[in-house]
Amino acid sequence: MHIVVCLKQVPESQNVRIDPKTNTLIRQGVASVLNPFDYFALEAALTIKDERLDTKVTAITMGPPQAKEVLMDALSRGADDAILISHRAFAGADTWATSFTLAAAIRRLEPVDLIVCGKQAIDGDTAQVGPELATILNRPYATYVKSFEFVDDSHLKITRQTDEGVAVWRLPLPALVTVLKDVGEPRPRSYRATLRARRYEIPVWGPEELGVDEDSVGLKGSYTQVVRIFSPERKKDRIMLRGSVEEMVDELYYWLKEQRVPGL
Amino acid sequence: MKPLVDKELCVACGECIDACPVGAISVGDECAEISDECTLCGMCVDACQYGAISMPDVGTGADEDLSRYKGVWVFVEWRHGTVHRVSYELLTVGRKLAEKKGTDLCAVIQGHKLDGVEKDLFRYGAKTVYVVDHPSLAHFTDEIYGNVLVELVRRYRPEILLAGGTSTGRSFIPRVAAMLQTGLTADCTELDINDEGLLLQTRPAFGGNIMASILCPYRRPQIATVRPKVLRAEPLDMPVDGQVVRPDLPEACFVSRVEVLEEQVLEGPGANIAEADVVVSGGRGLQRKENFAMLEELASLLNGAVGASRGAVEAGLADPSQQVGQTGRTVAPALYMAVGISGAVQHVVGMQGSRVIVAVNRDPEAPIFDVCHFGVVADLFEFVPAFIRKIRKERGEEV
Amino acid sequence: MDYFLTEEQRLLQEIAYEVTREWIRPVRAQLDEAEEFPTRLLKILAKTDLFGVCVPEEYGGLGGGVFENCLVVEQLARGCVGVATSFAASGLGAYPILLFGSEELKKKYLPDIASGKRLAAFALTEPGAGSDVSAIRTRAVKSGDEYIITGTKQWITNGGEADVYSVFAITDPTKGPRGASCFVVEKGDPGFSFGKKEVKLGIRASATRELIFNECRIPRDRLIGREGMGFIIAMKTFDKSRPGIGALGVGLAQEALDIAAEYARKRVQFGKSIISFQAIQHKLADMATKVEAARALVYSVARYLDAEPKDASKYAAMSKIFASDVAVEVALEAVQILGGYGYMRDYPVEKLLRDAKILQIYEGTNEIQRNIIGQELNKEYGKKKETIL
Repeated sequence: MHIVVCLKQVPESQNVRIDPKTNTLIRQGVASVLNPFDYFALEAALTIKDERLDTKVTAITMGPPQAKEVLMDALSRGADDAILISHRAFAGADTWATSFTLAAAIRRLEPVDLIVCGKQAIDGDTAQVGPELATILNRPYATYVKSFEFVDDSHLKITRQTDEGVAVWRLPLPALVTVLKDVGEPRPRSYRATLRARRYEIPVWGPEELGVDEDSVGLKGSYTQVVRIFSPERKKDRIMLRGSVEEMVDELYYWLKEQRVPGL
Repeated sequence: MKPLVDKELCVACGECIDACPVGAISVGDECAEISDECTLCGMCVDACQYGAISMPDVGTGADEDLSRYKGVWVFVEWRHGTVHRVSYELLTVGRKLAEKKGTDLCAVIQGHKLDGVEKDLFRYGAKTVYVVDHPSLAHFTDEIYGNVLVELVRRYRPEILLAGGTSTGRSFIPRVAAMLQTGLTADCTELDINDEGLLLQTRPAFGGNIMASILCPYRRPQIATVRPKVLRAEPLDMPVDGQVVRPDLPEACFVSRVEVLEEQVLEGPGANIAEADVVVSGGRGLQRKENFAMLEELASLLNGAVGASRGAVEAGLADPSQQVGQTGRTVAPALYMAVGISGAVQHVVGMQGSRVIVAVNRDPEAPIFDVCHFGVVADLFEFVPAFIRKIRKERGEEV
Repeated sequence: MDYFLTEEQRLLQEIAYEVTREWIRPVRAQLDEAEEFPTRLLKILAKTDLFGVCVPEEYGGLGGGVFENCLVVEQLARGCVGVATSFAASGLGAYPILLFGSEELKKKYLPDIASGKRLAAFALTEPGAGSDVSAIRTRAVKSGDEYIITGTKQWITNGGEADVYSVFAITDPTKGPRGASCFVVEKGDPGFSFGKKEVKLGIRASATRELIFNECRIPRDRLIGREGMGFIIAMKTFDKSRPGIGALGVGLAQEALDIAAEYARKRVQFGKSIISFQAIQHKLADMATKVEAARALVYSVARYLDAEPKDASKYAAMSKIFASDVAVEVALEAVQILGGYGYMRDYPVEKLLRDAKILQIYEGTNEIQRNIIGQELNKEYGKKKETIL
């Protein structure tokens, strides 16, 4: 069985701010980490590998050369192989162009029985790449997967989270899933895997290796464009209270009534 | 591919140098120069006060006549016999967009046993309601819902398509966008038409730390999703005189490789938090599970639900279904009260869309106070019971 | 101080410390409070390959020695000595098999222990035989193809949780110290059951139980080595494991020092952080010096022991007493530096003090260690030709 895990290197979101003077993103001193949700995707793949000995897990990521770090992380936890998809032509990609590029890479890795992605990336927060990627590859998919099991070698039974509860689906392979933290606790790095990762030469694939035109990837291949970034409105009228409990209770009560808050 | 520097407009002030996160910009005597290190993030474009830097256009231009696409469509989400309220919120904003574009607002609804649904949709301004009623649509699957919507879009060519950012919408609308090979912006907080007549899509990124405005200039339809309760639903005084269209679709649309085995509606303590108008959440500060009873009392007085921070859930004080935050549920009630919650960003992203946020915490430095509208620095064990007493007193109840 | 470790040795430290930082520290107070065995953490550790640190590669381990084991347990001890003890005790239980077991026994048990799939334990102590190991009374009687074991073991670390036990019993009561043997007993063997779980001052996450052998029958081939080798096996095992106890002490002392120094920098009294006061600085200076000295001794001894020298026992004992004494002293001082906060259960130092004490007691009390050293010194000086006086 061959599983591909899609990873993304992201800035640690809590430290990203806009400089009020220049209205630009301050990224200095912000560490780059593996998207936290992707640890669960990796764990799901490795859990399958624990149980089915003939399984191979390949980690892939599209990003600048530095993104190699997340592949090292994945190899250190037990992934068998890793591919870095990196080239100037891929810069500026929106979710479509990203999905298109990842799909081209996965086609070169076929046969691939299962693709696993994290729920969403904490920088873009869109959760679009998983479904778009599956659609481009014409595979069935399921999102927000909490748990899964093999019903036979070519079908998964998945339980996915919905807004009002859960749904249980039968998903034929080859397929793609995006997973939630419920799939398992991410494992630590292992000694052997880390030593192996250090000596592993990660191949770097560009448009040529993927067999794609530079016009169909990156900014040129994107359909959406960010035209402006700005700081969200800070709540200027924030009211802070300190003092006697009875006074604060009164002030809050009457203020909430003024705000026409339901229930009061 | 690099941004273009207009030599006429550039005054070599150097502001752009700091804006660049990868240090790709240097400024000579005459103007700025951008090296190949550039990652096309676009920060320099915003930094330049003289408008001297511009990004190369996305895409390679339109490859068809975009004026063939007309109309604003709203995908109406039907679930277990009812229309999800986010659909009314979308119809409301859709109406305004359609007016600005001078086109019609239409609604698309997919499901099973849909008789009479159009009446509600006329009340919100949908001039045409496309109804697709089929047994295979009784339960949601990405494939069939996606195939059907794509077929309709191909046939009727709307210019704009809006859908709710629910677990359904976030799951299958990307499929629709990919099949139509067009742009999608998820979780918009604002939608408008810009000067060029394009849909201006505004959404948060980096966990809500920044806002981004996005366009889809060369592909159609322009697709956007909006999370429930971000926008307001406003019915019209008089429903429009609309029509219902029941298109005939090929059987191939209704085939899915996925089989739905079961659907369960869960009744955990947190089952209602996404729908509630008032949410009272507790954090680790509550210390013991028993102490959540006081939050339950408060929530019940306000007809609301009880949520929890991840810390509280992990400490066993609350049920996982009640968790609000990045790895929990996202809520946007009219009133959100954060009691004994420090306000880590992962929690804040799950509730920052709430209309009124009240925080109660004894630590004046707690980050939750940065995002609230009303902050109370107090011992929650004193404040909450006192607040409950106040509410009861005002209602004339015995205290 | 840099000990010029190899890349592999540094990696062992890194991986073990990651477990401490990401998994042990967040839950150690809770495990201590609930006296809960760290099953989940041991499963996590199993995934790191570290359980096999001392097991030869041919049996699925990493092929390291005493030194590598010390590097690992030191880092785990910075997290929690209760958890680190559970880990180390499995190694202790495996050593008899590893050092003296037949090829069949090694192949049967070591791979699962190395992968963390099965936990081991070392069962020697009895109610009447603590420091005086020769006083053990558990009997193993050969009967056809089996041995029948009767008796009780007391205070066995990992008792009840482990699957594989190295058990010491008397096979020939007439032969005195040469009458004891060592056997592998598995959880589930008929007649083998567990008694009460002890409630302890410290290392409360570690499970300490009574083992009850009520005519427990095991196959003959479970004998480790030959009959009569029991005490040799025990002594040789302790020579390998005692530096590990020293390493636990070094890890705990380091954690105590780190917390005390961090606190001293943050805590402001009389307008300054208390670390600017000489009294506190001197305490920290002494603590840091002791930690470094303990580490240097443990590392040197561990490396030395991996060369299989003849005077292993003396040095193993030294590393154990010095580092365990340092751990208690440094933990005590850390509590003092944190003052009132040091006494509160909400802060992690009082647990360090409670945990440190056991290091001076188990695996041979420090008094017995001193006996060992004293007796060795006597022998050595007796043999020396060169005199000074």
